[in-house]
Formats: sequence, structure tokens, C-alpha cells
Amino acid sequence: MSTTTLPDDPQLRERFTELKPPLTPQAATIEANRCLYCFDAPCTVACPTHIDVPGFIKRIASGNLRGSAMRILDANILGGSCSRACPVDILCEGACVMHKQGRHPIRIGQLQRHAIDAFHDAGGDVQTAPRGSRHVRVACIGAGPASLACAAELCRQGAKATVVERRALPGGLNTYGVAEYKLRAAESLREIEMIRRMGVEFRFGAGIESAEDLKELESEFDFIFLGLGLGAMQQLNIPGEESEGVMNALELIAGYKTGRIRELAGTVVVVGAGNTAIDAANAARRLGAETVYLLYRRGERDIPAFESEYEHSKVEGVQFLWRRQPMAIRADAHGVLLLDTVQVREVDKELVPIPDSKLTIACHLVVPAIGQSPITDLMRDFCRIEVRDGQIVIDHATGQTGNPRYFAGGDCTNGGREVVDAVADGKRSALAMLKIAEAMYV
Amino acid sequence: MSDIRVRGFAGSINSPNPFWLASAPPTNCGEQIMRAFDAGWGGAVWKTIGEPVTNVSSRYSATDWNGLRIMGFNNIELISDRSVEDNLREMAEVKKRYPHHAVIASLMVASNREAWHEIVMRSEDAGADGLELNFGCPHGMSERGMGSAVGQVPEYAEMITAWVKEKARTPVLVKLTPNITDIRTVARAAKRGGADGLSAINTINSITGIDLDTLVPRPNVDGKTSHGGYCGPAVKPIALNMVQQVMADPESALPLSGIGGIETWRDAAEFILLGCGTVQVCTAVMHYGYRIVEDMAEGLESWMRSKKFDRIEDFRGLSLNRVTDWKNLNLNYKIVARIDESKCIGCDLCHIACWDGAHQCIHLDRVTGPVNGHVELHPTPAQNEAHSRASITVTPVTRKERAAAGATHGPYMTPIDRIPRVDETECVGCNLCSLVCPVDQCITMVRVDSGVPAETWEERTHGLSCAVEPHRS
Repeated sequence: MSTTTLPDDPQLRERFTELKPPLTPQAATIEANRCLYCFDAPCTVACPTHIDVPGFIKRIASGNLRGSAMRILDANILGGSCSRACPVDILCEGACVMHKQGRHPIRIGQLQRHAIDAFHDAGGDVQTAPRGSRHVRVACIGAGPASLACAAELCRQGAKATVVERRALPGGLNTYGVAEYKLRAAESLREIEMIRRMGVEFRFGAGIESAEDLKELESEFDFIFLGLGLGAMQQLNIPGEESEGVMNALELIAGYKTGRIRELAGTVVVVGAGNTAIDAANAARRLGAETVYLLYRRGERDIPAFESEYEHSKVEGVQFLWRRQPMAIRADAHGVLLLDTVQVREVDKELVPIPDSKLTIACHLVVPAIGQSPITDLMRDFCRIEVRDGQIVIDHATGQTGNPRYFAGGDCTNGGREVVDAVADGKRSALAMLKIAEAMYV
Repeated sequence: MSDIRVRGFAGSINSPNPFWLASAPPTNCGEQIMRAFDAGWGGAVWKTIGEPVTNVSSRYSATDWNGLRIMGFNNIELISDRSVEDNLREMAEVKKRYPHHAVIASLMVASNREAWHEIVMRSEDAGADGLELNFGCPHGMSERGMGSAVGQVPEYAEMITAWVKEKARTPVLVKLTPNITDIRTVARAAKRGGADGLSAINTINSITGIDLDTLVPRPNVDGKTSHGGYCGPAVKPIALNMVQQVMADPESALPLSGIGGIETWRDAAEFILLGCGTVQVCTAVMHYGYRIVEDMAEGLESWMRSKKFDRIEDFRGLSLNRVTDWKNLNLNYKIVARIDESKCIGCDLCHIACWDGAHQCIHLDRVTGPVNGHVELHPTPAQNEAHSRASITVTPVTRKERAAAGATHGPYMTPIDRIPRVDETECVGCNLCSLVCPVDQCITMVRVDSGVPAETWEERTHGLSCAVEPHRS
């Protein structure tokens, strides 16, 4: 079964023009030649998957593009989506020694994209060991970055891996959740198609809902990797939240990325100030909303979003309402939503409403974006896996849970980090499983 | 203002500055040369005049380096493809309009006395201030017994120079080819033949590269190439060496017009410091146009003023006696590398360069604050493993994590463990680390007192000093 099934949408492409367009081959060569080729480079250390950054950049400079892509994919099979979605300014590019000379850091993300795009454009495939040459069968639950990385690493080394996914398309947030101007769903799927060609099997529409489902997997596979991600978005828990016109951020993002939401108008209020909230607010602007407010209960300095995301959203025209909390959502007779808000201030770390500060915002869409809830009850109850603060507890070096047949990685173990963290987790788990299996079969 | 005028070069050639255009495409016709003079060039050596040739297309190729264009340049173009009459008529016109600029006729004709006599007289009648005999062109013309075919045989060079001198009333410069084992053999021959001056160097035989798709070397002329003449920034060090060889040899030394990779006033100053009276430029003009001369003139004048040189003659040749044979170098001069921790950006290129390419004395073993020289206490392998297990890299998503990720340990902007340490007792003072360091003045080579008086190899092996040969058993 093919994994690429999203039609091209010119309107979407036009509205969500890429933030960082690709480098031309010549620009890439010049940029690559700026790299100092540091020894034991800080950028490589800063990358959770430890891509050999100077190594792949040197190969771009010499025109060895396939070698460059292989260097990237060796460390990070989702190097393509990471090159677009990674917050490089706080990872590799943030660690670039050029900063210390007051120079612009090497554009590592764009160079990585250049190499990977060339690889895909040439129909490149990753070499794998003969299928079944390692006697390990692994089921990866969830088709997000963690599972994909785990399964790809296993297949590359000759083991068998099957990805089990309840949705229709693989990729998890890579396909459904990353802002389209950073990573197009089609590009995520192209990357996963490469992983499928490596020998990873996919089972779609296969949710793991019950203990029986898990038992079945246990009988079929040696190890189970949990790349579950996080659960549904958290509710605001205010009256009127069920009104039509309330749509959480991930719904909104997945909706426009898959073509279900094509247009917005009027005023949109996003509640929350994380990276997802920013993505949703920017998307609302690009989909046509005239006014987009981002409502946050604390101040500008407290926002959890990355600095660069915040700055970008100002450019997109998002307006910010600081220290304000939603109280209730009402609908007026014309179907317009009325969002009641109140100003708050912090007293001993508690947010206290300020009297007479109520403000009602008439809007067409309210978008809660205050984080995702954990979904690990089943695992805890059935598999004897420890869950702490809603996160599956693992040994970080191996990804192994308290139950030795279960490994886990990605958002379900870290509460929600970046794609690259999930990839690193998946890869570590795969290597650990192979090591255990080797000890068992030799 | 310092005076950058050239007076009486090779006897009688004057020009408003020492910057001349070399005989090449930028001096192909009178119109170009007049524009060049307007832009500020002090002189021009006319594209070599002789029996008109037919050229091929393409003619040029280049060596790019690290994404930058034209580190080196190569051509297979021959001498002027315009008639002698056209060239000389335009030369007369240029001389009439620009009487104070130097116009030199570069000449190349068949190797017989009459042909040389004729072209010399015609050029001087057109008003040339001097003649440059092209004994250097390495491609095409040499296959016809001219250019470097003459310049590689001292006897021919001497003979033709003498023929020219029989008629010439203006200074005669001989342009030397570098495509010879010892450039001095031809320089000496030219001097014996009566030359008034020299130009050096002409281009170097080269193949710049091969197209890895077609497998045809560049420049491609219908699927084939021919070796060309190499020039541009890449050849400057070779040219400087040959200039030094000529000027340091009493039997060769003559007024010299320096050529080879000159692009800025700095390059020009270096050629003059080795004895050149004027310099000639081609590739840089082919790359950027005549306008580069403005900065060359300004920059040279300003440097001269800062150094208190009133005239070019005040510094011409001052570096010549700083070049000597290896045997005369002080064996007891000792320098070591010092790393300025406050400037280090932690690229660690000095470490890997020293480790793999030099003498294994720059170490990455620092774990604590300011030290220079001593070795510190280090974690055990087990501690290292525990540390690496505990410090798996993750994206710093919270503000606290981000602040921590940006922090360094130690007093410098670069973490101590990324600032290399020089073992000064092992450092041989080779310079490599300071050459690879991307930060100005971060690694400096510092003199240390070796406690031993100066001694050269010559002195050591020929007993000119009191040093005693070490006893060998």
C-alpha cells in the first residue's frame, strides 16, 4: 500500500508559501563553503540525533549530494522534515561557532534540506540489510516520527518492523500538525514513502483500543515500541466550549493541511501561547481571517513559544492580548461567538482576576491551544508500564520501559518536544532492541 | 601625499603611477587603453603585436575555489588578431592624447633579424615609450617557434634581444616565461643581449580542470583543449619567488616590471618590496574592470604615507635581503603557539590540524578554568560514560532549558573543554595552527628564549661558529 495520498492543492501552496525557500545549487555551494568544518562540531552535539553536520555540509561543497544525504539519513531518517521543522536557531544553528565571531551561523537547516531534496528528486533509496537477517520483529504503535525512526532503523539493520496507525495517513504531527509553510504534508508523505520502500510495513486504520489488541501484538512481535504521541487537546473548561465555532488548534491545522478547511474570515481568537498556538494563529491569518488575537493568561516574557516563532507571528499580523483569560463562550443570534475574557494578575503564582476588567470579544472562531492531554491509561493498566506526570517512564539511553518488551519514545515520553527528539528516541530504542536480540540469538 | 609616480623606469619610461595593464585582452585596442588611462592606470603594455592570428572559441577557463570565482585563470588566446597597421595607428592616437602615460609595445614576430628590426622601428615611430619582447607566451605561438619557444632557450633570447637593441631607441624589456627550470638563465641572457629591463612572470603552463560529465578538459574547443597559460591570484606566490630570484642575482637584475596575480595595492607593494619598479595587472581587470586601479593607487599611497615612504624608490627592494638560503636561517630561533582564550570560538581546527597534520601538541583536554600549559585532572572512562548517559541531547523547549543551553562554563565565551591547550614544550613553532585558525589574532606565535645563541646550518656544518659537532657513537 502506498503511503502518499494527498492531492496537490495550489491554493494551499500559494497561501502557505514557504518561510524558507530552497537554496539554489550555487547558493548552497557558497553557503556550504562558509562552514569552518569544526572538529567535534558543536552543531552535531546540539542535534538530538547527532547528524554529522560538517560532514554533510562538506559533501554539499564538493558536489557529493548523495553522500551528503546519506550522511544525514544515517543519523536521522527524517532528516528531510527535520530540516524544515526543527527550531534550528536553538539547536544546530544556535550552537554554530560563527555566533562567537558575530557572524551569521551556517544555514544548516537549509543546507540539509538541499541535500535531502536532491536525494528525493533523484528517487534515492536507503540501503538496507537483507530483510529478516536480524531475528527481531517489532510493532511500532503510532506512525509519528518516533515510530517511523524506530521502524526505519530496524529495517535498515535487517529486522522486521510494522507500524500500526489508527489514522488514514502516516506521519503523525509531521503530516497533520506542522505548519504548512514549514513542512508540507506532501513532503512528509514523500519521506515516509522512502521509509516504506526500506521495508517498513504499515497497518492503517488500526487503533489499539483494548487489552486484546495489545495481546495480539504481543503474540505477533518480539518488542513493541510506543510512539503514541499525546492525546486530544486539553479543554478550556469554560461554559460554552461545545459551541459550534470552537475548534482546537490541532484540528484547525490538520483541517487546513488536508484540505477540509479552505477559508476563514472575520475574527479568530487563539487561546494559549505555545508553538502550536502560534502555528494556529498564523494559519488563521493565512486562511483569510482579518483579525487574529492570541489570548494568553501571562505576559509576553512568559510565553512558552520559541522566540523565533513569536517574532514570526508578529510579522504574520497576529495581535496579542496579554494577561487575559477566557471565561465563557456565548453565541449571539447571528451565529457570532462572544468570548468573555477577564484581565488577570499574578499573586503568589496564582492568577487572580482583576475586578471590572471583563472584555467580550465578538469572533467567528475560538481556537483552544493550551496543550495536549496524555493518553497512557491503557498502557499503564495493561502493560505494567510506569507513567509519571502523564509521561511514560523510560530509560533514556535505551527507550526501554519498566516492561522489558515495551519501549517508548517521542511525545508520550517527554510531554511534547520536537520532531528531532522523537527521531532520536526511536533510533535509540531500535538500537537497544537489536542489541538485546543479538544477545538472545547468538 | 606620497609620490607614486614612476620616473625613468628602465632608463626613460615615466608614468603617473606604477600600475600598468599587462599585455592581454584589456589592452587589445586604443579605445580600451584610453578608457583605462581615464580610470587611472599609469601605463599599458599593448596586446602583443605581430602577424595577426586566428583565435579559437572558447579561450578561457578558471579554477574556482570554495565557491568563489577565479582563484586562477587560464587562457589559450594568442597574440593580437588585429593588423599591425591598426594597432600602431591607434597607438599613435593614444600617445597623442595621453603623452604622460606609458605605452609599451609588446612585440612578437618570426625569429629573423629583419622582421624584428622592422617591427621595432614601426612601433617606435608610432610613439611607443618602450618595447616588451614577448618571449613568454606558453601556448600556440610557441608551437610556431615564438613566445616561450624563444624564452626557454637562453641563446635565442640573447640573440633576439641583441637584434632588437641594434635598432631600438626606447627601453627594451624582455618578458620572461616561468615555464623553465631556472628563470635566471633567460634573465641573464636578456641582460647579456643588452635588455634595459625585464617583465616577469608570463603565464604558467596549465590545464585548469576537466568537466566530469563530458570528460573534456577546459576550455573546451569542440571536444578538445590545449594547455593554456595560468595566471590570477593563485600564481602570485610563484611570481614573487621568481621576481626575488631575478632581482637577487647580480647577473640577472635589471629594472623589473612585476606580473603575476596582482589584484590589490597590497600585492603591488609586495612586488615592489622585492625590487619591481612597476607592476602589471591583467586577470583582476578581466574579472572586475579597469575601476580596480582607483583603490590600488589610493591604497598604495596611503600605506606609503603611513610607513613614511615619500617615493616608490624609498621602499623598492627593501624585502629583497630578507630572503636568503635556508642554510643561513637561525636554527635557534624558537616560537610557540599561544591561544587567546577570550577570542577562541571553539572550532578546534587548530587541534585537528596539529594532531593530524603537524606535531601532536595541541590538546583538547581542558576541564577547568584558566590554565596555560599544565595538564589537568580528568574524569575516568566510567565517569565519562555516566556523564554521557545522563546528558542525552534534547531540544531545549522550556525557557529554563534554553537559558541553560546558551550558558558556557568557565570565564570565556567558549566552554573551557572546547578551548585547546598548547603543549609548549612539544610545539615546534610551525605556524600551522595560526594559519588554520579562522579568528584574527586568536593564535599568535610568540618568541620564547631558547637560551642559545643564534646559529645557522652553514655555521654548524662548516665550523664558522664555535659549535661542536655532537659526538656520535
